Amino acid sequence: MFFAQLPIYEQAILALAAGVLLLSFFMLAHPRIYSVIKLFAWQGLVLAATTALVAFDSQTPHLYISAVLTLGLKAVFIPWLLLRMVDKFEMHHELDEIRRPGLTLLTAGALVVFCYHTTLPIAELLLAITRNVIAICMSVVLLGMLMLVSRNKALTQVVGFMTLENGLFFAAVAVTKGMPMVVELGIAFDVLIAAVIFGVFFLHIRQSIDSLDISRLSRLSEAERE
Amino acid sequence: MAASLVAAAPLDAAAPLAMNAAGWLLALAQTALFVAAAPLFAGWIKRVKCWLQNRQPPPLAQGYRDLRRLFAKRVRLADQASVVFRIAPYLVFGATILAAAVTPFLSVNLPTAAITDAIALTGFFAFARFFLALAGMDIGTAFGGMGSSREMTLSALAEPAMLMALFTVAMVASSTNLATVITSIETQMVMTRPSLWFAAFGFLLVAVAETGRIPVDNPATHLELTMIHEAMILEYGGRHLGMLEWAAQLKLLVYAVLAINIFNPWGIAHEDSASALGLAIAAMAGKLLVLGIVLAVTETLQAKLRLFRVPVFLMLAFTLALGGMLSFIILEAG
Repeated sequence: MFFAQLPIYEQAILALAAGVLLLSFFMLAHPRIYSVIKLFAWQGLVLAATTALVAFDSQTPHLYISAVLTLGLKAVFIPWLLLRMVDKFEMHHELDEIRRPGLTLLTAGALVVFCYHTTLPIAELLLAITRNVIAICMSVVLLGMLMLVSRNKALTQVVGFMTLENGLFFAAVAVTKGMPMVVELGIAFDVLIAAVIFGVFFLHIRQSIDSLDISRLSRLSEAERE
Repeated sequence: MAASLVAAAPLDAAAPLAMNAAGWLLALAQTALFVAAAPLFAGWIKRVKCWLQNRQPPPLAQGYRDLRRLFAKRVRLADQASVVFRIAPYLVFGATILAAAVTPFLSVNLPTAAITDAIALTGFFAFARFFLALAGMDIGTAFGGMGSSREMTLSALAEPAMLMALFTVAMVASSTNLATVITSIETQMVMTRPSLWFAAFGFLLVAVAETGRIPVDNPATHLELTMIHEAMILEYGGRHLGMLEWAAQLKLLVYAVLAINIFNPWGIAHEDSASALGLAIAAMAGKLLVLGIVLAVTETLQAKLRLFRVPVFLMLAFTLALGGMLSFIILEAG
C-alpha cells in the first residue's frame, strides 16, 4: 500500500489537502451566507496548517511565513471583514439559494475528475510527495469559479473568488514549494486590498439596488422588477 | 483498480470455516442477538432525545412491549388487499434479517459474512424496499401511493450514494467482502486516510436517509403530510405492523453497526473465543451508546428538511462518496 508507507506528517498533508477540497464542496452547496463565510475561514485555517506541514516536510523555512500570512489573512482577517459586512447589512439569516444544487454538485464532481485527468502528465514530472495534490489545487480553483457563476449574492461571489485564490496559493505551495517571498507578499497584499475594495463595492451596490443580489443588475430598467 | 476489485474473491476470508457447524451456530446466535437488540437501540435513541427535550422517557423495554402488543393483536386486512399486501411484511422482515445476518456484528469470522459482500447487502435492502413500496400501493389509498412514490424517488438517489461509499472502502481494502474490508481497515493506517473520511461522511448521510430519520423523514409521527415510511405502512395492523416496525428498527441497527464496523472497527472479534467475543460485545455496546447519543443530538438540533430539499441532501452524500473515491485515486493510490 502506497499510502500506508508514508511518514505520518506526509499522510497528514494529503489528508488536509482532501479537507481543503471537502470544504470547497461544502461552500458550494451551503445556502446560508453566514455559514459560507465561516466555511471559508475554516478552509483558510486548513490551508495554513497544510502550508506549515509542507514547510516542515520540505525544510523550507520561508513557507512558515506564508503559513502565518495565510492564517492571519484568510482564516482571520478577511472572514472577519466579511462577517462584519453581514452584521452591518443585517443579513444573518439571509440565504443565497443555488438554483440547481444537484446539478452544481455533479458538475463539481465532474470538474474534479477533469482536473485529475489534465494534471496527470504534470504530476508525473514531479518528485515531491505533494505531486498528487496538484489535481486538488486545480479542482479548488475550478470549484471557486463554479461558485462564482452559480451564486447570486455579491458576498458569496467574493467568497468564491477568494476560494479561487486559495487554490492558486495551494498549488504554488504544493508544486514549487512556494513562490518567491516578494511575489507572495505582493499577492497577500493584493488579496487584502481586494477584500477592502469589495467592501466598498458592497456598500455601493447596496445603495444603488437596495440588495446584494447581483442578478438584479442584469435587468435594464426598474419597471421590470416585480 | 477495477481489476483488483474483481480479482478479490469474496470467499477468501473464511472459506475453511464455511463447513464448520460451530461457526454457523455462532452466526445464528449473533443474528438472533442482532435482531433482539434492534428495539433496544431505537429505545436508547428515543430516551436520549427525551432527556435532551426535557421529557419523561419511556422505559427501555417499551419497544419490546409495543412489539408484543402488536403481535398479540388480530390482523385486519382491507377488502382490496391482494396477496402482495399480506406477504410483504414477511418478505421485508425476512430480507432485513438476512441483511443483519451477513453484516459482521461482533466477529468478522462468520460463514454468513464470507459468502456475501457489500453489494449483496445493498441488494437485500433494495428487495425489502421494493416489496414495501408495492404494499404501499396495493390498497390504493392516496397516502400509500404517495409514500411509495417518495420512497422510490429518494432511494433512486440514496442507493448510488450508498454504493459509492461502499466502493470507496472496497477500493481501500481491495475487496467488497465486508469481513475482509473490516480486517483490512483495522490493520492499515486509516485515521489519516482522507478517502475514508469522505466515505464515512457520505455513508452517514445516506444512512440517515435510508433509515428514515430526521432530517429526511420523521420516525416519531403518523400525522405529517411529509412522512415517507409511515405513509407506506399506514394500512397495516397487528403482527404485520409489528414485523414492519421491527424491520425498520433492525435496519437502523444494521446501518449503525455498518458505520461502526467499517469506519471504526477496533475491538471486533477475529476468533470465536469467549474472551474475544466478550470484548467485542462490550466494545460494540459502548460504540452503539455513543452513536445513539450522536444521532439523538443531531436529530434534536435539526429540523426536518422540506421534501424537495432532500435530493440536495442526498446529492451531497453522493458527492462526498464520489470525493472519497477520487481522493483515493488521486492521493492514495500513488
